[in-house]
Amino acid sequence: MKFAPLIIANLFRKKLRTTLTIGSFAVAMFLFGILVVIRGAFSQGVDVAGVDRLDVINKVSIIQPLPYSYRDQILRIPGVKAITYDNWFGGVYQDEKNFFPQFAIDPENQRVVFPEFVISDAEWKAFLEDREGAIAGAGIAKRFGWKVGDRIPIKGAIYPGNWEFNIRGIYRGSRDNDDLTQFWFQYKYLDERRQYGKGLVGWYTVKLNSPDDAVRVAKTIDTMFANSPYESKTETEKALASDFAKQFGNIEFLIVSIGGVVFFTLLLVTGNTMAITVRERMGELAVLKAVGFTDRFVLLFVLGESLLIAAIGGVLGLALCKVFTLGGDPTHGFLPFFYLPGPGILLGIGLALTVGILAGILPATSAMRMRVVDALRGV
Amino acid sequence: MVRVDGRELSNSLIQIRGLDKTYRRGGEEIHVLQGLNLDVGKGEFVAFMGPSGSGKTTLLNLLGGLDVPSRGKIVVDGDEITHMSGNKLTEWRARHVGFIFQMYNLIPVLTAFQNVELPLLLTKLSKSERRKHVETALGVVALADRMNHYPRQLSGGQEQRVAIARAIVADPTFLLCDEPTGDLDRKSADDILNILTRLSNEYAKTILMVTHDPMAAERAQATLHLNKGVLVEGVAAAAGSLS
Repeated sequence: MKFAPLIIANLFRKKLRTTLTIGSFAVAMFLFGILVVIRGAFSQGVDVAGVDRLDVINKVSIIQPLPYSYRDQILRIPGVKAITYDNWFGGVYQDEKNFFPQFAIDPENQRVVFPEFVISDAEWKAFLEDREGAIAGAGIAKRFGWKVGDRIPIKGAIYPGNWEFNIRGIYRGSRDNDDLTQFWFQYKYLDERRQYGKGLVGWYTVKLNSPDDAVRVAKTIDTMFANSPYESKTETEKALASDFAKQFGNIEFLIVSIGGVVFFTLLLVTGNTMAITVRERMGELAVLKAVGFTDRFVLLFVLGESLLIAAIGGVLGLALCKVFTLGGDPTHGFLPFFYLPGPGILLGIGLALTVGILAGILPATSAMRMRVVDALRGV
Repeated sequence: MVRVDGRELSNSLIQIRGLDKTYRRGGEEIHVLQGLNLDVGKGEFVAFMGPSGSGKTTLLNLLGGLDVPSRGKIVVDGDEITHMSGNKLTEWRARHVGFIFQMYNLIPVLTAFQNVELPLLLTKLSKSERRKHVETALGVVALADRMNHYPRQLSGGQEQRVAIARAIVADPTFLLCDEPTGDLDRKSADDILNILTRLSNEYAKTILMVTHDPMAAERAQATLHLNKGVLVEGVAAAAGSLS
C-alpha cells in the first residue's frame, strides 16, 4: 500500500494522455458490455430453456399451425407427463412500436408445463373465470403501467378486429433471466372469435417424465404424424430456441469478431501509450533502481500502472453500460432480455485487466532489464 | 588520509584493489580504468577530478554498485561488492549508498517530501517513523518549509538540496556525488558545497565527489585526479601524470 501513491501520482503526470487512454478503455468496455447484452438477448431463450421439455411445431414452419386433436394423441405416448399449446396472436397495442409477444394459451396446463412463471392462485382463478382475462409479465406491466383490473385494447393483426382483455394477474419469474414480457390470454377466447383457423394451435410444448426420454418421444411424435397434412417437427426446447436465434445469423461469430477487433486495437493503443510513458521515464526508473528498488519492483511498478489504467477504464465503461441497460430494452420488445449479467461484468473486468497486463508487459520488461548506468547517461 | 598506492589504511572504509574496467565498442576495447588502487577512510571527503572520459563517473558507478568491474575488487565496510548478485547489490545499495546526481533526478510527480521518502519505502519503518526521518533530512538541507512543493516549484539549488536529503535520509554509509554543482549558479553551488562540507564535518559522512569545478574540489579534504584510467593524488602529481 505504501507504494500506491507512487503509482497513482504517475497517472497525473500527463493528464490528457491518461484521460484518453482511460477513455479508450471505457469506450471499449462499454462496447464489450453492449455486445454481451446483445449476445445474451439472442441466446437467453437457449439458456433458460427447460431440459425436460419438447416443442412440437409444424414441419413446414413454426408459423404453420397444428391440429388441436394432436394434443390427446401426444399425451398418450409413454414418457409424456403433460402437454400444453400456444398460439401466436401478433396484435398491436396502441402503436406498432409497442411490440410485445402475445399468446393464446391453454389455461389448464400452462402452469404445469411452465412452473418457472409464478402467479398467485387467486389471480390465476380470476383469470380462468374471465373469458377475456389476461395475464401480463411483470416487465410488460411495468413498461405500460398496467395493474390488475385494467382493460387492455389490442388491435388484431393476424386475427382482425379490436380485441379487449382484462388484466387478471401479473406473473413473475422464479429465475433472474426469465422472460417477463409475455402477454397471455385464453385460447378459447381466440378460437371462438377468429374467422379462420379454428381448431388449430400454433405449437405444443410437451413436458417429459425424464429428459432421457426426449429422443424417443420426439421420434415417436414425428413418426405418428408423418405423411399427414400437418407433419410435425419435434425438438428440445433448447434446440428450438437455438434454431430461432440462428435465424438472425451467426450472432456469436459476429460478436466475437467485433469484440476481437476492439480488444486488439485497444491493446495496440494502450501498449503504445505505455511504451511511450516508460521510455520518457527511463531516467526516473533508473534513479529508483539506484536508490535500491529491485528490478522486480520496477517490473511490477510499470505493470501496476498499466493495470490501474485498465481497471479504471474497464470499470468506468462497464458501469456506464450497466446504467444504460437499466433503462431497459431500447428496441421496445425486440430484445426482451436486455441486461448486463454479473458474469458478463466479471468477464469484462477480466478482459480489461488482461489487456492491461499485455499492454504493460513489454515496457515493464524493458524497464526491468534496463541498466542503471545506461539510463542515467541519457538523463 | 586517502591512499592510491595500494597500501592499506588503518580506518579504511572503502578499499579498491587492481580495478580494471574495459568496454567493448565495436571491435575495439576501451580501457577506462586500469589497475586502480584506492583506500578511503571513514568520514573522508574526497574529490575526483579529471578530463571528460577519464573514468570519473565509471569509478563512481563501480563504487555505487551500479556497474561491475572487469577485474579487481571493491570492499566497502568489510563487504566485497564485486561478486555480489544483482539483487544482493541492489539491497546493499539501499543500505549503504546515497546518490547525488548532477541533474538532481527527482521524480517530478512527487512532492519534496515524497521524493525524500522514496529510499525509506524499502525499509520496515512505520509511516510516522518515515515522516520523522524525512523531516529531519529536509531540516538538514534547510527545506523543511518546502516539503509539500513539487520539483517544478523549486529552484535548481533547492532541487539539489532535496536530492541531498533523499541521499542522506536512510543514513547510508557513504555518499556518491556526480557533479553535484555542475548545473548550478555560483551561489547555489556554494550552498550545496556548504551542505556537503557540513555533512562531512558535523555528521562524519564519507563523501566521494566527482567534479570539474576546482572550487568545489577545494572543499574536499583530498583531491584525486584521474587521467586515462589512472588515479593520481594531488595537483602536482596530476600535472606530472598529464605531462
